[in-house]
Amino acid sequence: MIRWSNLFGPEMAAVRAGPPEQALLPRDGAGERWLAGVIAVLCFVACLAGLGALSAERAAGGWARELRGEATVQVRPGVGETGDAAAARAAETLAGVSGVEEAAAMDRATAERLLRPWMGDAALADLPLPHLVTVRLDPDTPASALVLGRALAEAGIDATVDDHSLWRGEVERSAGTVTLLALAAFLAVAAATGAAIVHAVRAGVEARRTVIETLTLSGATDGAVAWLFQRRFALLAFAGGAAGTGVALVLAGGVRFLGGGEGLSPALPLAWGDLLILSPTPLVAATVALVSARLTAGRALLRLGAPASAG
Amino acid sequence: MPRPRRPAADPAPTPETVRLTGVGFGYAERPDVLRDISLILPAGSFHFLTGASGSGKSTLLRLLTLSERPTEGQLILFGEDATAVTARDRPGFRRRMGVIFQDFRLLDHLSVFDNAALPLRLRGAKAADYRADVEEMLAWVGLGDRIGQRPTALSGGEKQRLAIARAVMSRPELILADEPTGSVDPAMADRLLKLFQSLNRQGTTVLIASHDEAMARRSGARLLRLNDGRLAPAPATAAA
Repeated sequence: MIRWSNLFGPEMAAVRAGPPEQALLPRDGAGERWLAGVIAVLCFVACLAGLGALSAERAAGGWARELRGEATVQVRPGVGETGDAAAARAAETLAGVSGVEEAAAMDRATAERLLRPWMGDAALADLPLPHLVTVRLDPDTPASALVLGRALAEAGIDATVDDHSLWRGEVERSAGTVTLLALAAFLAVAAATGAAIVHAVRAGVEARRTVIETLTLSGATDGAVAWLFQRRFALLAFAGGAAGTGVALVLAGGVRFLGGGEGLSPALPLAWGDLLILSPTPLVAATVALVSARLTAGRALLRLGAPASAG
Repeated sequence: MPRPRRPAADPAPTPETVRLTGVGFGYAERPDVLRDISLILPAGSFHFLTGASGSGKSTLLRLLTLSERPTEGQLILFGEDATAVTARDRPGFRRRMGVIFQDFRLLDHLSVFDNAALPLRLRGAKAADYRADVEEMLAWVGLGDRIGQRPTALSGGEKQRLAIARAVMSRPELILADEPTGSVDPAMADRLLKLFQSLNRQGTTVLIASHDEAMARRSGARLLRLNDGRLAPAPATAAA
């Protein structure tokens, strides 16, 4: 190809070394720093919601597991039989039932020790206490309340079996509700992130209308221009997401550290490994931004680029 | 020295770069901006489009850059019907043009160098391949020492020269210029005119919209005159 100087004559001035290539879209044309801050806060909240859901699910699972592994039997002694003797007979009967690991009659001293914090010493001495048998069930194949009741009936023991199913159901329902609420909070945060990005991309397209027109008149395809917005907002969301996730990790890690071996607190167990579930958050934020920016920029470019044909 | 190349997909130049047949354009509030425009720009021709302010020169250029769509008639560009071009096909036509806007349309966030290199960059060329070419062009238009600056630091004339450098950088088949010498002194106007003439001698079709009929006559190009949205017969130029 012929050189410009050969075509047009001698050069007019010396050339200085050129700078490196610059981004085709102007920086911060539509409050991008503000958007990054919003995304960071939203991701921080999403991380806390996620950790809260996981912790609640863990706690509820643990409580339900404990309740599922135990049953309590209240024995009513027959005529001419003492309560302790009836409880001992029931424990012996239950110990032989499949699905039971251990059954033990609770003596009065143990029952009084359990009740003392609520009743006090004075009332306990004259209080008629129920005769109880505590049953530890096989965690893999626990015997049901029906099986335990039938075994006691066959042995001629009048008793009531409580396998904690009522209480366990409430715990599991509560845990499910907490998990659902946390998930809803997470989804709401993701939707808010998407909405903020859609708004920012629209504003960005409008603010850079002249730039876009120049690019398209210089031969850029709509797809290429949309990609500029996609890349810009995806990187922005990734950076904001990483910042928000980082803060959440530090906070959760600090609380976990202070909580010792039990996690966030004795009531909310969380393992160090659980913090890893936060790691995809920046990627999720970037993906939401990528999709939102693509759809929004595509529509905006279509509107911008459509030639007028009024007449 | 590596030189930028045209994309391999670009078809060979056609005998007629532009053909307008009975083209009209208007808006709801002004339906007759352009009426019954029929003209042919043969490949390698050099035309000046003259006319008073508001005669429709810029609008005609906007039709040719596919920024507007004719409300009637047919527009053929590079041998292909571009009357109702789709968004998908528009870039293909535009990559064969170099457009110089009256308001320059420079990107203020980019350096002088990156503004000039824009068409090459959008075609996917590597900076290492076009750097020398861009620097040479910028030196030629007198911006060699402003290469790392922003357009906001340039005077009106310098901006115009940068806009011209950007338009011709990709060695397009068709150059459309709207008042390209409006902001430069007479000496630079002559120099830029020589640039267009040189490009034209290399086979580039050139259409310059200008109100400066004296320069148009000096150029030796054919004259097209717009009068109230209609193409009027124009007197032959010295060279024609």
